[in-house]
Amino acid sequence: MPTTFTPLSALVGGALIGLAAVVLMASTGRIAGISGIAARLLPPYTDDAFAGRLAFIAGLVAAPFGVMAITGAAIPQTVPTNLWLTSAAGLLVGFGSVLGSGCTSGHGVCGLARLSPRSLVATLVFMAAAVATVFVTRHVIGG
Amino acid sequence: MPILATLVSGLLLGTGLVVSGMIDPMKVLNFLDFAAIGSGGWDGSLAFVLGGAVVVAFIGVQVMKRMRHPAFDDSFHVPTSRRIDAPLIIGSALFGLGWGIGGFCPGPAVASLSMGIPQTVLFVVAMLVGMTLHDRVWSRRT
Repeated sequence: MPTTFTPLSALVGGALIGLAAVVLMASTGRIAGISGIAARLLPPYTDDAFAGRLAFIAGLVAAPFGVMAITGAAIPQTVPTNLWLTSAAGLLVGFGSVLGSGCTSGHGVCGLARLSPRSLVATLVFMAAAVATVFVTRHVIGG
Repeated sequence: MPILATLVSGLLLGTGLVVSGMIDPMKVLNFLDFAAIGSGGWDGSLAFVLGGAVVVAFIGVQVMKRMRHPAFDDSFHVPTSRRIDAPLIIGSALFGLGWGIGGFCPGPAVASLSMGIPQTVLFVVAMLVGMTLHDRVWSRRT
C-alpha cells in the first residue's frame, strides 16, 4: 500500500526523537534505547531505575493519545495482518535487539550520534537485513 | 531516576514517532522496499527521520561532553565497549529480519499500544517473549 513521501514532517518528527534522546541522556545519563528500556522492565531487576523506565514507557504510550486529542485526527497506521508473521516478527525483534544490544533508537539514533563503531556496524547490519527481508517478502515470495 | 524527565522524554519520543509517521509500519516497509525505487512505491521519509534524529542527538552529545555528570545522577551510564562481536552482528541481523517482516521495531510498537489494535498487542507480547527467551534461556545456556 503506497504511502506519501513526507520529508518535512519526517524531519520534524526525527528532530523530536533526537530531542527525546538528548533529554534522557542529559537528565539520567542513559541511552534512549527502547529495546533495553522495555527489556529491563521485565524481571530480574538489577538497578533502581524501574520507576523511571516505567514513566518513560508511559510517556511513549500516552503520546499518540495526546497527538490525537490535539489534532482531532486519527493516526494513519497499517499493521500487519498475518498473526503468525506478526508473532515471528515480534520474537525476532525482541530476541535480536537484546542479543545485538540495541535497536533503531539505541544504535540507529543514539549510537550513531555518539559516533559509536559498534552502533555503526549494528545499524548497517540491521538495515541490510531489513532491506533484504522486504525484498524477499515483497518481490520474491510476495510477487 | 527523575520520573518527570523520563516521562517527558517518552512523550517527546512518542510524539516524534507519530509526527514523523514512523508509527506506521507501512511507511517503514515502503522505505525498506528499495526495489520499489523508481516504480513510485518507495517512500524515502525514514531517511529524513533518521537524519533529523541523528543530527539533533549529535548536537546534544557535543553539548553534553561539557557536563561532568547528568542533571539527576552522579555519572553517565553509557556503553563503552567498541568490540564488534558475533552477538552484535547476529542480533542485529535477526532484529533486521523481524523489522523487515513486520515493519515494527520496539519504539513504534510500544507507542502504538494506545491505539488498541490487537495485532500490535500480539507483536509487543511476542517481542517481550523474545527478549525473555534471550535473557532467561539463550544467555544462560551452558
